[in-house]
Amino acid sequence: MNSIRVLIVDDSSVMRKILERSLRQAGVELTSAFQAGNGAEALAVLAENQVDLILCDINMPVMDGLEFVKQLPGVENAKGAPVVMITTEGSESHVVQALSAGAKGYIRKPFTPEQVKDHVLPLLGVKA
Amino acid sequence: MRTPNEVLGEKPSVHEGWSSVLEVAVREVFELMLGCRLTVPEAPSEEPLDITAMVGLAGQLCGVMSIQCSAKSSAIMASKMLGVDPDQIGPEVCDAFGEICNMVAGNFKNKIAGLGEGCMLSVPTVITGNDYSLHSVTDSPVLEVRLQFESGPLVISLQIHN
Repeated sequence: MNSIRVLIVDDSSVMRKILERSLRQAGVELTSAFQAGNGAEALAVLAENQVDLILCDINMPVMDGLEFVKQLPGVENAKGAPVVMITTEGSESHVVQALSAGAKGYIRKPFTPEQVKDHVLPLLGVKA
Repeated sequence: MRTPNEVLGEKPSVHEGWSSVLEVAVREVFELMLGCRLTVPEAPSEEPLDITAMVGLAGQLCGVMSIQCSAKSSAIMASKMLGVDPDQIGPEVCDAFGEICNMVAGNFKNKIAGLGEGCMLSVPTVITGNDYSLHSVTDSPVLEVRLQFESGPLVISLQIHN
């Protein structure tokens, strides 16, 4: 697997670190691990940096994850980067909303590193 | 002031079974995110409950979910979440403890039919210290689960406003 650039969006810095560690444990080699505390910060990161994968929470202040994902089609630096939502919101309607907005995967918190691996690796073209 | 069980006793059928659901929700968060099993305390602990995390619920269920434990326990929890030594844990302890409360609240509501879609969660609030009192404007029912994390007490409460 080639090394990738990931953007992790969550209002909890602890959760961002857990997700970064889960990716590394899954064998994903990270060239860069950009972090943002909400959708607006994430868009600011994407204005300057190209990424290959985005992991995103839903409930965040300022701009939530669904609004952020809806804005991604107009962001050149996110083109082709799959988005995986990682959130406590576990209802079917939230999953449908996220997938309709453009997300490619959905992981409910609490999660295991294995779940991150199983959801993310296929999106990167690697067998989990 | 009435005890949680006295208040709950007035409406036994409305939230029947929710305490056990809450306990399962808590246990799952600790097993999946921290890799540890909670136990049932055999005796009351002298360890102070000096950190509290709270998440508000609004919609079909309105209330407040709170989790209390000692500062020492919360540092160990953060260290387990981050995979570092407890001595290396600093200000991120509040973030970690708030996130645990957030996941417990989310996991709980997703297990109750109809609440997953009809109930929203606030961002967590964390209080350090134990010299405070929490007052609700109504005599609302309270679900309370008492468990043990390592050797310290862990108290999870759900105050139900409607």
